[in-house]
This record gives sequence, structure tokens and C-alpha cells, in this order.
Amino acid sequence: MFYRETGQYKTNYGADEQIFPIRQDRIGVMIILAFAYLAVPFIGDDYWFSAILIPFLILSLAAIGLNLLTGYAGQLSLGSAGFMAVGAFAAYNFMLRIEGMPFLLGFILAGLSAAAVGIVFGLPSLRVKGFYLAAATLASQFFIEWVLTKFPWFTNNSASGVITAQKMVLFGYAFDTPMSRYLLTLVIVTLLALAAKNLVRTRTGRDWMAIRDMDVAAEVIGIPMLKTKLLAFAISSFYLGVAGALWAYCYLGTVEPQAFELTRSMQLLFMIIIGGMGTIVGAFFGAAFIVLLPIFLNLFTSTIFAGQVDPGMLSHLEQLVFGGMIIFFLIVEPLGLARLWQLGKQKLRLWPFPH
Amino acid sequence: MLFFIEVLIGGLLAGVMYSLVAMGFVLIYKASGVLNFAQGSMVLFAALSFVSILAMGAPFWLALVLTLAIMVLLGVVIEKVVLRRLVNQPQITLFMATIGLSILIEGLGQMIWGSQVHGLDLGINDIPFNFYGVFISQFDLFAAGCAAVLVAGLSLFFHKTKIGRALRAVADDHQAAMSVGIPLKHVWAVVWAAAGFVALVAGLLWGSRLGVQFALTLVVLKALPVLILGGFTSIPGAIIGGLIIGATEKLAEVYIGPYFGGGIENWFPYVLALAFLLIRPDGLFGEKHIERV
Amino acid sequence: MSVQGNSILTVNNIEVIYNHVILVLKGVSLDVPEGKIVALLGANGAGKTTTLKAVSNLLRAERGDVTKGSIEFKGKRVDKMTPPELVKQGVIQVMEGRHCFAHLTVEENLLTGAYTRKVSRAEIRRDLERVYAYFPRLKERRNSQAGYTSGGEQQMTAIGRALMAHPSMILLDEPSMGLAPQLVEEIFEIVRDLNQKEKVSFLLAEQNTNVALRYADFGYILENGRVVMDGKAADLATNEDVKEFYLGISSGARKSFRDAKHYRRRKRWLA
Ligand SMILES: Nc1ncnc2c1ncn2[C@@H]1O[C@H](COP(=O)(O)OP(=O)(O)OP(=O)(O)O)[C@@H](O)[C@H]1O
Ligand SMILES: [Mg+2]
Repeated sequence: MFYRETGQYKTNYGADEQIFPIRQDRIGVMIILAFAYLAVPFIGDDYWFSAILIPFLILSLAAIGLNLLTGYAGQLSLGSAGFMAVGAFAAYNFMLRIEGMPFLLGFILAGLSAAAVGIVFGLPSLRVKGFYLAAATLASQFFIEWVLTKFPWFTNNSASGVITAQKMVLFGYAFDTPMSRYLLTLVIVTLLALAAKNLVRTRTGRDWMAIRDMDVAAEVIGIPMLKTKLLAFAISSFYLGVAGALWAYCYLGTVEPQAFELTRSMQLLFMIIIGGMGTIVGAFFGAAFIVLLPIFLNLFTSTIFAGQVDPGMLSHLEQLVFGGMIIFFLIVEPLGLARLWQLGKQKLRLWPFPH
Repeated sequence: MLFFIEVLIGGLLAGVMYSLVAMGFVLIYKASGVLNFAQGSMVLFAALSFVSILAMGAPFWLALVLTLAIMVLLGVVIEKVVLRRLVNQPQITLFMATIGLSILIEGLGQMIWGSQVHGLDLGINDIPFNFYGVFISQFDLFAAGCAAVLVAGLSLFFHKTKIGRALRAVADDHQAAMSVGIPLKHVWAVVWAAAGFVALVAGLLWGSRLGVQFALTLVVLKALPVLILGGFTSIPGAIIGGLIIGATEKLAEVYIGPYFGGGIENWFPYVLALAFLLIRPDGLFGEKHIERV
Repeated sequence: MSVQGNSILTVNNIEVIYNHVILVLKGVSLDVPEGKIVALLGANGAGKTTTLKAVSNLLRAERGDVTKGSIEFKGKRVDKMTPPELVKQGVIQVMEGRHCFAHLTVEENLLTGAYTRKVSRAEIRRDLERVYAYFPRLKERRNSQAGYTSGGEQQMTAIGRALMAHPSMILLDEPSMGLAPQLVEEIFEIVRDLNQKEKVSFLLAEQNTNVALRYADFGYILENGRVVMDGKAADLATNEDVKEFYLGISSGARKSFRDAKHYRRRKRWLA
């Protein structure tokens, strides 16, 4: 009823090839963007910006990156946080060692560095598949962590291994308030998310999905395996690299390699699973879920059990509930929140009729 | 030269310890085609339960029986609550569910039994004995013996019993297994219970090595390269893989490590396993992935 | 049409919904008389597989649900039974696309079929020989991994595996899929043999209308989740509409569009 495509006739190719070909989707995206850009800066406070919205946006971006590789190209990766680390430390070193490097260029170079590393660690995917590949991607996770901690050059000989992000200044304007950082992150994430949304419906995106669904068959119909798989690793790592740089510069300010441990990789994986594999919007759902759940849990347990149970116990309880929620979600909707979203739209299309 | 042999033997025996953990993975992978990330938490859970029951004053054998019962129960509950509801989902979904499980089991274990470090003494003395000039740890030899018995038992189970065959059938194709009337529930419950038993053995041995503490869950990360190398579906592969990884890791640590300032043991096994993978994509002993268009 | 008396399987006006929104079967009823072969025909996506899975209860695993109607086997309601229970009752499905256990040998595949039976080893051996008697080719390949056998051998393995359960009714989904015409005949001959010698009733879903109607006793034609026509196989095979739309034989001159519409009308009336 409310979500009907009927009557929307495309009269030229341009109209038919838009990123959001359905009018309701277009309007929806506009409303959300308008809200994020125009309303949120006025209603949000510093806590919201720096503790919730910024990490949410950055993790969404990282989840998009992982989703391109795992959800679209079907290559399960457990080492994604490693590439975020590459991005963060590359950005730091580029800005440290090259005089007057604009920070945006630094972010791009960070993404490119991560992409280069991604290609190297993507090479085994040409021979190895499934869980074997997944376990092998752990190599990148541990190796990158080890390199960054073992060679002090990367942290500019910082004794603790912690780096402090340089100031971000653009045309004399310094991004030093949480709100300005939020807007900066928002712009970058919007642009890259739209680019990803577009990418997955191009030839490249379709090749990825063909490989995901059955790579032998894809190869037989002439999809170049080497190029397509490595491209998936490269682009995915680019997104992760940029996300890593943002994590250092817009969120934490100071980082150490341990900020990008295995648990972070797992977290990203949870996001795309809970959000929905092979969807862009799912990355946002998943990130929101993972960022908000611990906050709710914490609020919940500390108000209900306040003072009665010791804090160690509470954190185990939180762990228990978190694990339980993940399993619950997988059981209720294995295709993720994005799937619920889609089913909801289908229901709206038919509403008020049940079928 | 003697030193080299000592390092080598030490490495081989350490590798057996990895294999013990890897075997639990293989069991579940064979039956449900999923990499069970929760195996490490199960190792911790088993060891924690055992020492806590022991601490309540139970005799050794009773603690062992009770823990075994707990692990079997845990396996059955996992099947009932989680796996049964995820039939026919893609492998990655199942894998994620096991990550969820690992978080849940860690939380549960520490909530019930507390999170302090416990010592565990199995009464096997860990004094190395001298074998023609080479020092060998008795404890490691004992562990190797346990592993050998486990392997023999499991191999018989998979290839000679009806339920073992059903297990492999389920691993190949859930739906087809269901269509011929194999009750997935029973099969999975059996497998998880068996994996719980393997976790118990690994938990006791590792626990008496490292102390029973949270870090036990990290043995998973040691077991993964072993699995890659040996193949996810082969019990003997888990052993051979463990031996290769253990030996090379120790040798590399002693002979190459110093050039990099040490700390290479986290990633070295992975790179080594990866190098093997490039030659044999399904591991050394894994079932070949049958792929036809 | 209704089959009087002893029907082994009765499907009563069932409705199947996938994922709570996708309505696939819109009231399907059918009857399988004891000891007969019934063919379920229809185009791709008509709902044949869904019907079979509704009976064998493999739907649940695909998030499908029988929301209306009932299914009776030998006079007993079976719609709430699990697949293993059904197999014990004597209903077994051979799935579309020959789902063999790729890493098990052919013989191990066959043995899994006997999982639900609690009988002696000797008896299982005897059953195995019986299956090999029907499919001599499997005996030659008994020790090869099923994943590496040919499509035809896999189909035989799948049927043989079902036989090991001693079923009184087999739900056979597209046995002809991807097989050479001669092999299709061979398989159908064996189906007929099993039907006559072992008294197994068959409900078989087929695209290959021609072959299916030659071997079946009765036929149902499914379209868009509804039964649009049914009858004795021989009658269906000579029916003008079936000939035209499913067998690709048109009688005499090309028909005009108006005649085609006549069929549409008739179809709606039946549904
Ligand atoms: N798991 C599922 N979830 C959602 N829809 C499904 C599912 N399985 C089948 N369908 C839909 O149900 C309809 C009927 O499918 P079904 O497999 O029963 O057809 P069929 O007659 O067996 O076709 P074919 O001859 O191609 O095998 C199709 O439109 C299909 O898209
Ligand atoms: Mg079908």
C-alpha cells in the first residue's frame, strides 16, 4: 500500500539506473540524511557524538568494507581489524613524515596502504577456500599486530606503543570539537557508503556475487578469478583502512595496535551477520546493534542489580547476555536485520492484505 | 646437536598438546561442517568445572565423572537450544553462532565458578627424565599417550559404527541426512558430547600446564593452524599437523626468533600452515572438497 | 477424480507458506492409491517439490510451513511428524538433484538409508544385495566416493538408499533431472519394477511429462500452487490440452489464440 512501485515509469536510462530506483527508497534516504546532517548536530550532545554516533559511523564503514569481501565476494575473513590497524598507522606515519600532508589525503593514502596489504594477504584466497581461508586470514591479524608492536618505527619510537593523532585542519578550520568530528565522519561515511552501494550493482559487484555463489562455475563462465578476488580484498581493505584512520583520528585520538585486536575483527563479523550479509544497509543496522547493545546491557544490569552483585559478576553476566543475544538473533533471522527490513517492506507493499 | 634434538622433541610433544584441542574441532567439523569457535571455551569450562568440584572436596574420580556429565549435558543443551534451530543455514551462520556460544560459555563458566586462577595437579610429575642425554618431559609423554588413545578411539568410532557413519553423512548434507531419517538432533548431541569429552581431556592437561584460567580459551588460536595444516576433517591429520606445527614453531623460536626480537609464535604457525595450504588447499589429510559444476 | 477405498496417502487441501509471506501452495489435494504410481506434473516453480516436502516434512528446515489442510498416511495424520518418524512409518523422500553424501562411498551411502531400522547385520546385508540386484551398476562402484560417480549413478544411489529403509511409499523428486533419455527410461523401468515387485507406492514429481505419464497410473497437474487437472495417466496423455501444453504435440493445424484462451478458462474453472 505505502510501498508500491507501480506507476513509477522510467522514461530514460538515467532514471532507471539510479542508485535508488524506487521513489520511496529515495525519499527515505533523503529524510535520513537530512536528519543526520541538519537535525542531529543540534539535538546531539558531546556524549552522544563521541561515545555513540562517531564509533557507530566508523564501525558501519568498517562493516561495509568487510561486507564487500565476505557478504558480496564470499571470502570469509577473520583478520579485518588488522587492516584497520594498517590504515590508522599509515595515516599517522604519512602525516608525521611528510611535511604539510593534508589529513584527507592522509586518509586516502591510509586506505591505499591497507588495500596494498590486503592484496598481499588476499593472495592465498586464490587457492584456499571456506574455513581454511578464514583461519588463514588470522595470519594477517597476528602478523600485522606483531609488526606494529615489534618495530618502533611505526609508532615513531613511542615507548608505550601508543600514537597520538595529529590535529586535523582543513583550510584553517580545525576539527577539534566532537560535533565537527561527527560531521567529518558523517561526510566520509556517506560518500563511501553510496560508492559501495553503487559498486555492488556494477559488473564488479556481480562478478563478486558470482564467485560467492559458486566460484568454479564463475570461473567457467569467464570471470577472471585473480583480478576479481584480489580486487575484492583491495577495496574491502581500503574501506577498512579508512575506517581505521577515522578510528584513530576522529574517535580515539590516541591508539595502540591493541585497539585492533582479534576481538575487533569478530565484532565486525557480528555486525555484518546481524545486520545482513551482502547488504549495505545491513552494515548500519549491525553497527548500531553492536554499539548500542553493550550500552543498554550495562544500563540494564547496573540498574537492576546495582549494589547487589559485584562488578566482576556483572561483566560476566553481560558477556552471557551478549553471547545469548547473538545466538538468538541468528536463530530468529539468520539473514539479518536487513532481511527483516526487506520483509517489512514487502508487507507494506501488500498491506492491508496478508499475502 | 643434542640441544637441537631436545628442542625438536620438546616441540613435537608440545604439538601433541595442540592436537588435543584440534581434535575437538575436527569432531564437530566432521559432523556439522562448522568450525566450532567455542571449543576453547569448552576447554576452559571443563577445566574450571573440574577444579571447582575438586575444591569442594570431591575425590578425583568423582570430579572426573561429574565434569564429564556436565560436559555431556552442555553438549546436549547446545544442540537443543542452538543447533536444532539452525538446520540448513549457511556455514557462516553456524560459525557465528559458535562465536556467540564461546562468549556465552566463557561468561557462564566464570559466573558459576568464579574467575580466579586455579592450580591443577594431576599427580603426574613434570620432572624431565634423561633419555640418552636428551631431557624429555614425563608430563608431555603422558599427554602424548592420552592423545594416541583418543585418536584410535575416535577413528574407530567414525568408520566402524552406525552413528559414526550417520555423523559423516550429516556433515556432507544435512537435508539428505534428514530425508533418510537420520535424526540430526541425536547425531549432534552425540557429537557435542564427544567434543565436550575431548575438551575435558585437553582442559585437564592444559590446565595443569598453565593453571586453570581465562587464557585457556586462547589455545583455540594455537589449534587453528594445526587444523589448517592437517585438514579440518581428519583426526590423524590433527595429530600430524600438531607435530609439524609444534616442532617447527619451537625450532623457529629458538633459531630464527632472536633475529626479530622474539614474539613470532603468534603468527609463525599461521604462515607455516598457509605455506602448506598453497600446496594442498584442503590440508594434508583433509577430505578433498568435491566440487563439480 | 477420487480414488475409492484404499489410498495410502491423502493430501487434503494444504496451503504452504515460506518465510511467513510467500504463499506457494494454494490448496492442493491429492490421493495416492496403495501400490500405484502417481505423477505430479507441472512447470518450473509450480510447487511440486514443495508438495513433496510438505508430505515428508522437510519443509520446516526451509522455513516453510503447512498452514492449512491435512496429510494422512495409511489413515493416520502425519503432518506433525518429524522426518525420521515418517521414515519409520514408511514414507521416504528422494530429493531433487540427487543429494548423495559426497564423501561417503556408494555402499556407505546405501547403509545410511537403514539408519532407522533396528535389525541384524545379516538382514542389512541381505537388503544391500537386494538393492544391488536392482542396480547392478552400484555394485561395481560400491567402494568409490559417491561425489565422484556419474549423475545417473548418484540418482541410483539415492533411490537405493531410500529402499534400504523398507518404505511402503517413496516420494521421488525429478528422477530424470539432467539424465540422458536412455538412462531416464532405465530408472523409470526400475521404478516400475520396484512398484510391482516390492509393492512400493510412488508419488513422483516430474518435468518430463511424457515419460512420467507412460509409467504412472494417475497424474496430477500443478500450476501456480494449484491442481488444475487430474486423472488416469492414460487419459491425461491423450487429453488435448495436456498434449498441447505439456507434451508439445498439437493436433493438426496451429491453433489460434482463442483456443488457447479456452484452456485458460477451463483451468480457472477447475481451480
Ligand atoms: N525455501 C524457499 N523460500 C521461499 N520460496 C521458496 C522456497 N522454496 C521454493 N520457493 C518458491 O516456491 C515456488 C515453488 O517451488 P518448488 O520448488 O516447489 O517448484 P517445483 O515445481 O519443484 O519446480 P521445479 O520443477 O523447478 O523443481 C517457487 O516459486 C519458489 O520460488
Ligand atoms: Mg522441484
